[in-house]
Amino acid sequence: MAERVRLMIDGRVVEAEPGTSVLAALWNAGQRTIRSSVTGEGRGAMCGMGTCHECQVRVDGVPHRRSCLETVREGMEVRTDG
Amino acid sequence: MAEPFDAAVVVVGAGPAGLAAAAHAAEGGASVLLLDRAPRPGGQIWRHRATPPRAARAWIDRVERSGATPLFGATVIDVPAPGCLLVEHEGLGRRVRYERLVIATGARERFLPFPGWTQPGVVGVGAAQALLRQGARFAGRRVVVAGTGPLLLTVAAALAENGARVVGIAEQAPLGRLVGFGRTLTRHPRKAAQGLGYGTRLLGIPYRTGSWIRSADGRGGVERARLTNGRREWTWDCEILACAYGLVPNLELPRLLGCETAGEALALDEVQRTSVPGVFAAGELDGIGGDALALATGGVAGTGAAGRSVPAALLQARDRERAFAVAYKRTFALRDELRHLAGPETVVCRCEDVPLGRLESCRSSREAKLLTRAGMGACQARVCGPALGFLRGWAADSVRSPLEPTPLSVLEDQR
Ligand SMILES: Cc1cc2nc3c(=O)[nH]c(=O)nc-3n(C[C@H](O)[C@H](O)[C@H](O)COP(=O)(O)OP(=O)(O)OC[C@H]3O[C@@H](n4cnc5c(N)ncnc54)[C@H](O)[C@@H]3O)c2cc1C
Ligand code: FES
Repeated sequence: MAERVRLMIDGRVVEAEPGTSVLAALWNAGQRTIRSSVTGEGRGAMCGMGTCHECQVRVDGVPHRRSCLETVREGMEVRTDG
Repeated sequence: MAEPFDAAVVVVGAGPAGLAAAAHAAEGGASVLLLDRAPRPGGQIWRHRATPPRAARAWIDRVERSGATPLFGATVIDVPAPGCLLVEHEGLGRRVRYERLVIATGARERFLPFPGWTQPGVVGVGAAQALLRQGARFAGRRVVVAGTGPLLLTVAAALAENGARVVGIAEQAPLGRLVGFGRTLTRHPRKAAQGLGYGTRLLGIPYRTGSWIRSADGRGGVERARLTNGRREWTWDCEILACAYGLVPNLELPRLLGCETAGEALALDEVQRTSVPGVFAAGELDGIGGDALALATGGVAGTGAAGRSVPAALLQARDRERAFAVAYKRTFALRDELRHLAGPETVVCRCEDVPLGRLESCRSSREAKLLTRAGMGACQARVCGPALGFLRGWAADSVRSPLEPTPLSVLEDQR
């Protein structure tokens, strides 16, 4: 697939195939830890299907987006640091 | 004014069950709306990015020809009045009215707490499959696949095919029961063929039966899995531990509607009717049974919802698959040892970080919520609920609406 989508993850430019989920883009960028739990433990995706909420990130400024349910878009800004 | 989405038959969920239901209902002459939260049809088994798998294609085409209206990116979040759903679509709250409803919301995985299960890198088994299909690369990664059920083999094979180094597979069911299940499979030739298909791709990968995960160890992420078969322990090094203990149906919507349950599934009659008039259910809500049961129950429910009488052949196909689901359930029944993996410090509610020790004095999920906040977080007990159901025998607490975290604007601005 020639076409690539460029997005920002925590300020870094990352390329992904169109149709990729934000979670998969994070995963491919080597990031298993995605959020911090209420007691400050690092957590990563568990269910991959929108159930567990462990994969929450900030997308274009909107908090609590489940990265496994979001598809990458050109110019998207993803933050895992709150 | 936005156009109304109302239809005689509304189908929620476009997995195999919902697709079959929508096709049959529309072919039976009803106006049909098929909605799903996902951006594409297919559900869990037929999840795809660009091209749907062949089996899915046939059903997607059939739905298209049937005249049913599909609506994707649409999540049912509430039931504001009888015969009416509140659906979030493109950031708006839309009311959808129906005469008959078919619920085909599928299942999620059952996760059981064990020391280290909250470490990044510990995921579900179907979750690993979902990640793969969402575009995650596994090439060169060491993966342990554990838990129970045929999905372990399906997913291990898919991971291996995509370059993962599958370190080993641990199935908690004892070998004796699996052999019995193998005999059942010979009466289901298609399923046996599927089983044989894994053979070559799984060649050389250790498959340990009667074995389960004791803990996931590592710092800042899983580095190794500790396993046991009750007699001896061993470790498998891995960056990813895919572990899940079967599936549990997504009953939140039917329970909000007041549908009666039977164990972990819904109470359904001969033609897939729930206890609530006009509401049908299909797929994993019938009892965990995979794609064939989903298609069969979807066909029956869709036909019934269109007000047609259900052909005997359809009912027979459904009953065959139900019998298979019963054998499946018996084979992969969870062993008692799995109830005792979590220690007092092991987090059970991952949203609120409530350790098992704090639930010691609680006697029900309701009490646990009130006293410890367990089950009060974002997932609304979808993870810890089924776990505590197995660990403690607690029934699920009543369902809250909205079913999904929803922006206030959607709840306030309904059209
Ligand atoms: C993560 C996961 C991966 C799986 N992978 C496989 C596999 O690779 N192979 C296999 O044989 N089986 C797999 N399974 C088993 C799977 O449950 C069945 O094979 C089959 O997909 C069940 O069909 P279904 O139509 O009943 O439900 P599903 O296929 O689960 O379809 C249910 C649909 O309902 C939608 N939905 C749910 N709630 C709402 C709502 N409130 N509003 C709108 N839409 C909603 C979902 O988005 C989903 O598309 C997997 C299960 C899970 C949980
Ligand atoms: S991984 Fe569970 S909600 Fe995204």
